[in-house]
Amino acid sequence: MSIAITSQFICFTVLSLVVIIGALGVVLLESIVYSAFLLGGVFMSVAGLYLLLNASFVAAAQVLVYVGAVNVLIIFAIMLVNKKEDLKPINDIKSRRVISTSICLTLLSLLIRVDLTNVWSLSSPQNSIGEESTIRIGEHLFSDYLLPFEVASVLLLMAMIGAIVLARRDVMSKDISTGLPVDQELIEKSSEPLLTNKN
Amino acid sequence: MEYGLDLEYSFNEFLKGFGLSSEIAHIIWLPLPMLLVLVAAVVGVLVTVWLERKISAAAQQRIGPEYAGALGVLQPIADGLKLLVKEDIIPAKADGILFTAGPILVLVPVILSWLIVPFGQNLLISNVGIGIFLWISLSSIQPIGLLMSGYASNNKYSLLGGLRAAAQSISYEIPLALSVLAIVLMTNSLSTVDIVNQQSGAGILSWNIWRQPVGFIVFWICALAECERLPFDLPEAEEELVAGYQTEYAGMKFALFYLGSYINLILSALLVSILYLGGWGFPIPVELIAKFLNLPINAPFIQVFTASIGIVMTVLKAYLLVFIAILLRWTTPRVRIDQLLDLGWKFLLPISLANLLITAGLKLAFPQFFGG
Repeated sequence: MSIAITSQFICFTVLSLVVIIGALGVVLLESIVYSAFLLGGVFMSVAGLYLLLNASFVAAAQVLVYVGAVNVLIIFAIMLVNKKEDLKPINDIKSRRVISTSICLTLLSLLIRVDLTNVWSLSSPQNSIGEESTIRIGEHLFSDYLLPFEVASVLLLMAMIGAIVLARRDVMSKDISTGLPVDQELIEKSSEPLLTNKN
Repeated sequence: MEYGLDLEYSFNEFLKGFGLSSEIAHIIWLPLPMLLVLVAAVVGVLVTVWLERKISAAAQQRIGPEYAGALGVLQPIADGLKLLVKEDIIPAKADGILFTAGPILVLVPVILSWLIVPFGQNLLISNVGIGIFLWISLSSIQPIGLLMSGYASNNKYSLLGGLRAAAQSISYEIPLALSVLAIVLMTNSLSTVDIVNQQSGAGILSWNIWRQPVGFIVFWICALAECERLPFDLPEAEEELVAGYQTEYAGMKFALFYLGSYINLILSALLVSILYLGGWGFPIPVELIAKFLNLPINAPFIQVFTASIGIVMTVLKAYLLVFIAILLRWTTPRVRIDQLLDLGWKFLLPISLANLLITAGLKLAFPQFFGG
């Protein structure tokens, strides 16, 4: 085994372990802040896996979009909302768990089937384009994948308008979530007090 | 355009002379440029700290550090040693793991970004194809470290500072990336080496600053905001927030923040000089001088000469920009948070978008001047 292959194997093992353990931690940990930070670690390791596959542009885009934007936004939201609330115990917790487990297992079996049926091996190692991939991605985005690309921009526009509507409650006479008339004087005042039980 | 010193090749040949295989020679070679860049970054920080102390003293008509070495040049080393031996304190109700991981997450991406800084044709660690995009994506990791340390400190000033830092770097990343995109559009490549080579045609006249004056200003403002330098140092505004997310930190962990912010400043200055000021290029092309003096451009001593001129020019341009940043720090007042966000979203973002559009139009209209 040459040194390049050995180091690649070590990197792959470490990254996969981080992805699996991190993902389990995201789901199982009690503290939501830890979950959010672990999610960032999982995204980073996925970017590392892309790097191992010679897809450096996709890896950098993964870091920029998922770690730099999505994960920061999640952490931001967690830190800005300091509403303390005791969750009500759910009565039919068992049946819910059974349903969610079965859904997850179905998805897992689907993924395993994809893994088993797909032909993963490239015909030759020269087929990987490596550094040229940036240009190829651009070409594809503006030719055969133009429609999904433009539809994604419409989706983002919709999300942006939605965020503005939610943030600028002063332009609406009724609160969207509660249906109560909105206090027009203070924009910052939320419809329900955030810090109800000060302790 | 493969010329210049190829140190890696000659080093590997040298080791092969001792009967080592090329793989082992490569492994021995690998840590050398990394170590060199780490040392360069740390020395750069020491010089910048000294400059900051001296220039700020001059701006306030003081003398500044005097006794530690001639003109106080050893002062930053004394500072560093002090931070090294200080007790490492973790506040009682802080979150130990996140508290430790925060400063590391802030520092590591900044040092990783040095991967793409070229000091000459072959004088960089790795000429990766995604080049400048790597820096943009790496710098987006930093806010997570800031939020982490702000949260873990268990202190309202820290949390506010961390949130401010994250908000600031998210909003200034977009105009920054857009002004880099205009340069990439002109170069047809993301690689920093290609960006410099594209500016090397006619010396100072072909530098990107003449073709991208708006982009240059937008990039510089955003780079200052990303480094949290005054006038944009809201995250650590000492009159309002004690020291922002750094409030609870002491000893080496504080030193990591300190190092990170100064390495980031030097990195930003280096990148401005690479993107807009011709990188390692001399104001008059070296090839022209060699032709004028009838010297062969591929002769070894000319190669060494051009390489050293390249390093000197890169460092000189970067430190000129660092000097401007320090002067700005001591001559401008801090902006308020609403002014900061207004400037980012309502002024810089539209301007950089328009700049990108105009660059694309000019590229189509005058392909010989704006890269075909």
